Amino acid sequence: MSGEHESGGTMFDDLRDLYQEVILDHGRRPRHMQRLARFDATAKGDNPMCGDRVQVWVAFAPDGTIEQAGFEARGCAISIASADLMAETVVGHNKQDARALFASFREMAKTGACPDCAPALEPALERLKPLSGVHEYPSRVKCATLPWHALAAALDDVKEATSE
Amino acid sequence: MNDVMAATGFDVARIREDFPILRQTVRGKKLVFLDSAASAQKPRPVIDAMVQAMETQYANVHRGLHWMSERTTEAYEAARDAVAGLLNARERAEIVFTGSVTGSLNLMAHSYGRGVLKPGQAVLISAMEHHSNIVPWQMLRDERGIELRVCPISDAGELDMAAFEALLADGKVGLVSITHMSNVLGTYTPAERIVALAHAHGAKVLFDGAQAVVHRKVDVQALGCDFYAFTGHKLYGPTGIGVLWGRRELLEAMPPFMGGGDMISSVTYERSTWAQVPHKFEAGTPPILEGIGLRAAVDYVQAIGYPAIAAHEAALTEHALARMSAIEGVHVIGRAQDRGGVVSFTLDRAHPHDVATLLDRQGIAVRAGHHCAEPLMHRLGLESTARASFGIYTTTEEIDVLADTLTRVREFFA
Repeated sequence: MSGEHESGGTMFDDLRDLYQEVILDHGRRPRHMQRLARFDATAKGDNPMCGDRVQVWVAFAPDGTIEQAGFEARGCAISIASADLMAETVVGHNKQDARALFASFREMAKTGACPDCAPALEPALERLKPLSGVHEYPSRVKCATLPWHALAAALDDVKEATSE
Repeated sequence: MNDVMAATGFDVARIREDFPILRQTVRGKKLVFLDSAASAQKPRPVIDAMVQAMETQYANVHRGLHWMSERTTEAYEAARDAVAGLLNARERAEIVFTGSVTGSLNLMAHSYGRGVLKPGQAVLISAMEHHSNIVPWQMLRDERGIELRVCPISDAGELDMAAFEALLADGKVGLVSITHMSNVLGTYTPAERIVALAHAHGAKVLFDGAQAVVHRKVDVQALGCDFYAFTGHKLYGPTGIGVLWGRRELLEAMPPFMGGGDMISSVTYERSTWAQVPHKFEAGTPPILEGIGLRAAVDYVQAIGYPAIAAHEAALTEHALARMSAIEGVHVIGRAQDRGGVVSFTLDRAHPHDVATLLDRQGIAVRAGHHCAEPLMHRLGLESTARASFGIYTTTEEIDVLADTLTRVREFFA
């Protein structure tokens, strides 16, 4: 290795599928990492194996769609970026769509794709696609899905979730 | 190579040849295995001993009146002798085989905790224990009203001995159950002082030696302790076998933990009587092949010799601390004076899991997380760390690869 003088940029080129720029960016500067002042539902998520923790807050619009989502988390770049992209993506969706989006996202995180996902959710799923690289890193899939488990728990009025 | 290694003929290249797995490549890179504190790799003699036993002389032990069983029993009991020799125990009867250190500590919490300690007494642990030396005592506390006390540590990761003595002062502590070497900070606890203070206040001492016994000679008679626990798989042996050494008279005073075959003297529906130690604590078919593998591991380590192992690992640790401390943004966690080959660290702007994933891409295996020591993480104000840990096969070059790669990881997350 010494003598090659690879920079951090080239040495880890094959990790760019996992750590895409959008993930590094949202991991570093999350836009929605905040406790909502007014919220209708909240739940915590916990991954006891690695110590990642997240709490998600959701506020609904009068028509039942998600008006705003926020979170507080401790965890790796993947889990922070996933929580942030989730908070961004679920806005405008009702509970049912948000659950369907979670199911599709989970499929994508585990397999890299979601061929059967509902066409209506495709724009939202496209936004989450930078996270699909985790499917090649089995030990990191839970990092990406933990915030969604917490969201699902909040929507179901359950207080806590774990990424099993 | 330093003087001790030169004098003892320690040759890491030669040792590496004994570990077939070290020839593997990972993701196209040479494997740099820096996770021995989680579980160590196995040398050829351990692999061969277990395979040979299965191929040539395997049967159940302590019960067969046939050649195979007699040979296997001899081999299994010889493992007890090897462990007794390793720890300088007085006799083989003081060596109890369990499934793991966790098994040994749970045996203690059940048999000593419920059978010898009395409600109102206390168990004293430290602020740098593995969960396996916390949770069994919590369960005992909640069930039996036996207090659980925790001795604080300094920011450097050393035991606060003034607090330790103060916690013993009221004479209620019946057992000190404490790590001999921290799996997170690398700290060696001052075993002789711990024993002297504990005994002066009427407490027995149990050491969790899961990490310590790998790196240094442990002589239980010289330490003066009462119980010592360690595990096979961190000492280059197989998984599935742990050890609890105890003074014979103390083991004899303890009731059995699990009931079943092999641990009885006689059984009727009215009552059963127990076998002698150590069999009283070994219900069921024991880890036979694992015992045979552990013996080979103990022989292997003894043949290299602890002076050489300790000198090699001290040199590695010194080199690692120097290299890693020189990297901007890297923080070594734990600065104890007396320490072994475990180095925990954090990197600014990067979560330990992300660090571990990037290192893995270069073939470097480290552990990241809370290391089964959440209360210690809280004490340190951390959620998790990355941890590089060293073994007899670790080289200075591997530590250089780690340090060079960490520099690149820092650039990646800059």
